[in-house]
Amino acid sequence: MSVSLLFAIIMALALVGYLLGRANASALKSSGNTLHSIPPYHGYYVALWCGLPAFVLVLIWQAAQSSVIDQLLIASLPAHLTEGVSAARISLVLGEIKNVAAGRLFGTPEPAVLAAAERYASMQSTASLALVVCTLAVAVAGIAFARARLAPDFRARNNVDNILRWLLIICSVLAVLTTLGIILSLVIESLAFFSRVPVLEFLFGMNWSPQTPIRADQVASTGAFGAVPVFWGTIFISAIAMFVALPVGLFSAIYLVEYADKRIRSIVKPLLEILAGIPTIVYGFFAVLTVAPFIREFGLSLGLDVASNSALAAGGVMGIMIIPFISSFSDDAISAVPQSMRDGAYALGATKAETIRQVLLPAALPGIVGGVLLAVSRAIGETMIVVMAAGLTATLTANPLEGVTTVTVQIVTLLIGDTEFDSPKTLAAFGLGLVLFISTLALNIVALQVVKRYRERYE
Amino acid sequence: MTTLDTTEPSGMIMTKTADNTGTLAKAATAARAGEHETKISAAGVSVFYGEKQALFDVTIDIPARQVMAFIGPSGCGKSTFLRCINRMNDTIDICSVKGRIEIDGADIYDPKIDPVLLRARVGMVFQKPNPFPKSIYDNIAYGPRIHGVAKAGSAMDEIVETSLQRAGLWNEVKDRLHEPGTGLSGGQQQRLCIARAIAVNPDVILMDEPCSALDPIATAKVEELIDELRTRYTIVIVTHSMQQAARVSQKAAFFHLGNLIEVDETDRMFTNPTDQRTQDYITGRFG
Repeated sequence: MSVSLLFAIIMALALVGYLLGRANASALKSSGNTLHSIPPYHGYYVALWCGLPAFVLVLIWQAAQSSVIDQLLIASLPAHLTEGVSAARISLVLGEIKNVAAGRLFGTPEPAVLAAAERYASMQSTASLALVVCTLAVAVAGIAFARARLAPDFRARNNVDNILRWLLIICSVLAVLTTLGIILSLVIESLAFFSRVPVLEFLFGMNWSPQTPIRADQVASTGAFGAVPVFWGTIFISAIAMFVALPVGLFSAIYLVEYADKRIRSIVKPLLEILAGIPTIVYGFFAVLTVAPFIREFGLSLGLDVASNSALAAGGVMGIMIIPFISSFSDDAISAVPQSMRDGAYALGATKAETIRQVLLPAALPGIVGGVLLAVSRAIGETMIVVMAAGLTATLTANPLEGVTTVTVQIVTLLIGDTEFDSPKTLAAFGLGLVLFISTLALNIVALQVVKRYRERYE
Repeated sequence: MTTLDTTEPSGMIMTKTADNTGTLAKAATAARAGEHETKISAAGVSVFYGEKQALFDVTIDIPARQVMAFIGPSGCGKSTFLRCINRMNDTIDICSVKGRIEIDGADIYDPKIDPVLLRARVGMVFQKPNPFPKSIYDNIAYGPRIHGVAKAGSAMDEIVETSLQRAGLWNEVKDRLHEPGTGLSGGQQQRLCIARAIAVNPDVILMDEPCSALDPIATAKVEELIDELRTRYTIVIVTHSMQQAARVSQKAAFFHLGNLIEVDETDRMFTNPTDQRTQDYITGRFG
């Protein structure tokens, strides 16, 4: 029986539980009792007790089943297949057994394997059957347990509330735990990297050339892990992006809030927001196929030497991507300035531009700054555009027509292709990732603080 | 957009002359009666929000250096008319004004008049105190600065001090001029807004229910201030409170459903109204 069918059955049982619970409560009521909770809550209570334990059981069972069966299978194998061989070899044998059990035969398997395959198939079917039986038993037991507790003064409503509260807590804990797991893995791998390459050399070294040989017979550089040129590339490209996005985003927000009439606003605003919905990979090939060649041709016609992967192309396109962030944050911030501020300024004889410059923008500044900081952290973490349009060589240059590389590009190039997870080359990706994570986290925290402070101001 | 009266050039001159003589004549009568000359004169003013007409054919003369109170139930058009006097209605897209409003005999809806400059002469104080999120000093200095009245320095310091003194706020804030204006109490904020309006040296100050967001003590202070200000400025105040109108105003105008019903000396209107609707409103039968 498939798991989805099982889930459907649990759902159906929960529905039955709901109806039973509600009917019980209604019966109690019609026999003259005063109920603490209305009948549907009794129904929900029974349904939750029926569905939740069964659902959790299925999840745990699914997670554990295959490894338990594997262990049983290995234990049952004849000694010549398991004794004194590596774990990798055992997993190969297991793979073969499973293939045979599924009817995919390659050559003639050993009799021991054939026998094991049969055992495997029977274990599988027993396990599935056991799952169904156990789940249904738990579901029915849940209904029975919950119905036994129903009584006129039973606080079904509060109990349902409690169960829901725990469900919500569990979901949020799961999200937090995942984040913690990501941070831990980053930190642990980074520590491994920093035990090979000194932290100071990584943070302040000027030379980045991480391609170390994987095998002894390969010819490659000896490896240099000074990440300053890489950090510089990220900062440089982000700065170019902000240089494009900040004025365009801010000014379009001012136009939309203060000048545009309703009709224009209702057209332009969604159009601007479409920019945020374009996948970054599309921006990527726009940058590499359209913008970069254009800049190169234009530069060449002026006699300038332009790299085919220029920082300008990547940064400019990234800036276009960020425009909607800045414009919608600024839009919110400017709209949130009370109309009375505008009235006050106009009543003193200020023109529209004076009102915007001297009253609205200063009042909206914290919100705008918050939006800009979030946009910067987005730019720093942006990967796809720079992977496609920025260069691979780490150069320390302030010339936007040259190619630079960024932290994200380096992480991608370090992790693709032939890799070995204990060489400094691969581990360097985690070092870079940690630095990236810490800097965007810091920016986000600062930005959220700024935005929060400005929200309090007018409430 | 504001629609302006399209009068024939010759007709306009004629009207102007007629009006001027009219004003002069009225001023003369007023002087004889020991009254004040007319500062603001409105004739046939109608206001439309889109299709909806909010004000019908209002004609009124507002005397100089007195307090004129606009009273009437909510939605009667008194605030709408107030906002015509400094052309604040221009900032509302769908609003259009017809008719003629003159200040010192000059039509303020004349295309040659710059509303921005008009608003420097006709200050406004709003229902809710709306200091800018700047320091107390900068709140006052804002107007003079944009109009180039004074540069930073001692001249500006003087304007700030005089304005705050006239608004009766100087003693309370002189030691913290560079703290944010939003940190003051509600009543202080409202007096700060009055000081801000005074700082650009207007002739007229319009007040749109200036005390409705204030507690009784702060209200008393603002009312006292209004009474002092009338020696220098022409003040028009919109109020919901009959008692306030009685306390601060010399003349009162009663608006009802977009019509101006009655204009009179405040004392006379409150003791002996001529229109039944005025009497009903004053005695609290509606509104």
